[in-house]
Amino acid sequence: MIAELGLLALWLAAGLSGFQLFAAILAGRGAAVLGEAIRPVAVMQGLLAAFAFAMLVWLFARTDLSVALVAQHSHSAKPFVYKLSGAWANHEGSMLLWVMVMAFSGALVALFERRLSAATMRATLGAQAIVTLGFYAFLLISSNPFERLATPAVEGNGLNPLLQDPGLAFHPPTLYFGYVGLSVAFSFAVGALVTGEVGRDFARTMRSWVLAAWVFLTLGIAAGSWWAYYELGWGGWWFWDPVENASLMPWLAATALFHSTSVLASRDALRVWTVMLAVVAFSMAMVGTFLVRSGVLTSVHAFAVDPERGTFILVLLGIFIGGALALFALRAGKIAEGSRFSWKSREASLVVNNVLLTALLGIVLLGTLYPLLTESMGTRVSVGPPYFNPVGAIFFFPLVLAMMVGPLLRWRDTKWTPVVQRLAPAFAAMAFVALLVVIDGRAGLLSGTGLVLAAGLALASLLPLARRKPWRAPLTLWGMVVAHFGLAVTLAGASAESAFIEERLVSLTPGESTRISGWDVTLRGTIPVAGPNWTAIEGELAVSRDGAIATILSPQRRSFWSPPQTTTEAALWTRWNGQLYAVLGEPAESGKRKVRLWWKPFVTLIWYGALLVALGGLLALSGRARSALRRSIAVGRANQRREVA
Amino acid sequence: MRKLFIWVPLVIFVAFAGLAIWALVAPPSRDIPSRLVGQQLPEFALDPQIAGRPGLSRADFRAGEARMINVFGSWCIPCRVENPQLVELARAGVPIDAVAVRDTPAQVQAFLAQYGDPFQRIGADPNGRFQVMLGSAGVPESFIVDGAGVIRYQHIGEIRPEQVPEIIEKWREASR
Repeated sequence: MIAELGLLALWLAAGLSGFQLFAAILAGRGAAVLGEAIRPVAVMQGLLAAFAFAMLVWLFARTDLSVALVAQHSHSAKPFVYKLSGAWANHEGSMLLWVMVMAFSGALVALFERRLSAATMRATLGAQAIVTLGFYAFLLISSNPFERLATPAVEGNGLNPLLQDPGLAFHPPTLYFGYVGLSVAFSFAVGALVTGEVGRDFARTMRSWVLAAWVFLTLGIAAGSWWAYYELGWGGWWFWDPVENASLMPWLAATALFHSTSVLASRDALRVWTVMLAVVAFSMAMVGTFLVRSGVLTSVHAFAVDPERGTFILVLLGIFIGGALALFALRAGKIAEGSRFSWKSREASLVVNNVLLTALLGIVLLGTLYPLLTESMGTRVSVGPPYFNPVGAIFFFPLVLAMMVGPLLRWRDTKWTPVVQRLAPAFAAMAFVALLVVIDGRAGLLSGTGLVLAAGLALASLLPLARRKPWRAPLTLWGMVVAHFGLAVTLAGASAESAFIEERLVSLTPGESTRISGWDVTLRGTIPVAGPNWTAIEGELAVSRDGAIATILSPQRRSFWSPPQTTTEAALWTRWNGQLYAVLGEPAESGKRKVRLWWKPFVTLIWYGALLVALGGLLALSGRARSALRRSIAVGRANQRREVA
Repeated sequence: MRKLFIWVPLVIFVAFAGLAIWALVAPPSRDIPSRLVGQQLPEFALDPQIAGRPGLSRADFRAGEARMINVFGSWCIPCRVENPQLVELARAGVPIDAVAVRDTPAQVQAFLAQYGDPFQRIGADPNGRFQVMLGSAGVPESFIVDGAGVIRYQHIGEIRPEQVPEIIEKWREASR
């Protein structure tokens, strides 16, 4: 009954989104009654989609093996958290989560957005209806999550053990909130293109949505990178894998977008550009989904590949992206040009930011698609760090410089000399670190430059707070400072890790030891251990310095039996200045055990930095929310006064 | 300028869509061609895999005669399917040497006794290192090497009966 209820709710929601679309079109032609209905219908649709998703989670919680999806991806002997996360750790469930978030954000827009004109609002909700309708159709036609089995299964297949991990239980939903949050920006852009009303109100309305989506994306990407780092056991934190690039591209576009909306909101400039970015950001999210789900690119973590679904998503892509970009090409020429500004202004620095971010986006897109491109011409290549790192750095390093200077510039026009004077401490820090890097001599060109720039940005990012009382500074300013500082932290961690990393791959007999970065690591032996749905061989590695034991590391090789698969569980030991990372390998010849060790200096800074970046976004968001609240209270009081008078 | 710029995103998207359609329609090919095709064989010397049959080394390809190298394993099912075609090729005059990947003498003996023995030399590649050196990604694969030691042709997967004439033709080309 639960599955049928869920399916019914899904069909109803799909019907309502169809109605929402037609109401939006007809209301635009004068049917005012229908126009009134759009907002309530959007809210209802969001609630129904949320209900359908709740039903799916319930099915997984109960391990209802008469439902095909549950039987394929769950198992009665699985920890409860992973039973729940099993609901979205598969193609059908994740698409339902996707469409649920989309419908729900549509409902929030319908409930709370009051700044835009009625016509733009109608067109926006109409656009949101088209997009959700497409994904409802995708679910109901080709990926029904509620399908029953003719005869219930006796036991489920279980969830891919790599996915049975707290990091991954919440990584996909976080990313989806981000991706789908961008669909709202997309709909606002389409709405604005239909009515031609691109101005400050458009930017202010869209800004918070983009910022919220961006915070989720940042957290989702950071969680995914952390998961890959400790779960895959390869010791890396970013692999330039198509799936990772698929999440990075929308993030780059969203970053560019909320910077350009701030220009549009404050100075009414960059109108056409902002609209285009809003379309591009969500397009990138959909292109990423297509690349990952269709199997056209091979990836280390493609979990749900099916060419037939790929075709369906491509058709949706053609309608949504093709349609929106065609609309953009036809209508953008009619949008009046915004304000102009000098090249020595904050606007200009944000234009530089946007150009560089877009270039980075182009580079990642090109690198991701390049294997496909050459394959269509008959040769096979794979593109990896040797391309992405240096070519990305060409644009990323100037971007860091722009981040140092930009926040110190004024709107419209600025004098250079005071800005350069204020930056003096940052320049001094850069020179000092550069000197250290050269003397040390271990860092390469990229990692060395990264360290120097990280030092400069860390200092420069704090400068906007320097000449005012920090507790008086607005939250949005704090947000920018924290986010920029966080990026410096991440850059420092990534550069330090790549410059000073140490690695040992050794075969040890029990009792034998090896030395890494001043630590003596002794293999004491291996013992068998068992968990709820796995057994493992656990290595006991004693880490000591000068004979005194500091810690015991216990890396495992786990064997899951449903589905049968072996995973490596790396053991991590975090110090203030880095992490010791141990992986237990295969048994080697004559009773030896292969052990792989890394000393990764300051590697944790990568994720702490990312958390700061997200926190910055959150601060800016709460700053906006507070001022919005104040404004609505002020408006309310004014209305009261008017009534009294 | 602006008139042109606003069409750029759509053009890029159409190009992407074209590529994506190609990728969805094109038959998925998992073949990985060797980078060594058209190049000299690397230096190598493999021990004999079975008693009474010589092993294989780079020197065997200096005689000025085009030869074929078959990379196989007694544990590999397609290799069993392929073996009659190799026997036919040997009968047609193609000199065939073999590389046995991750195998044991006893099992190779049994394989040859059961499915036929077209090989003049059999080199042992106990850990697959030579296979990787050749740029071969799986078994069976066959390489045609000309009299100067240059790899002229790589055949990925088993040689099917209908492909035998084509292989003979490739060998003749390499012999010229």
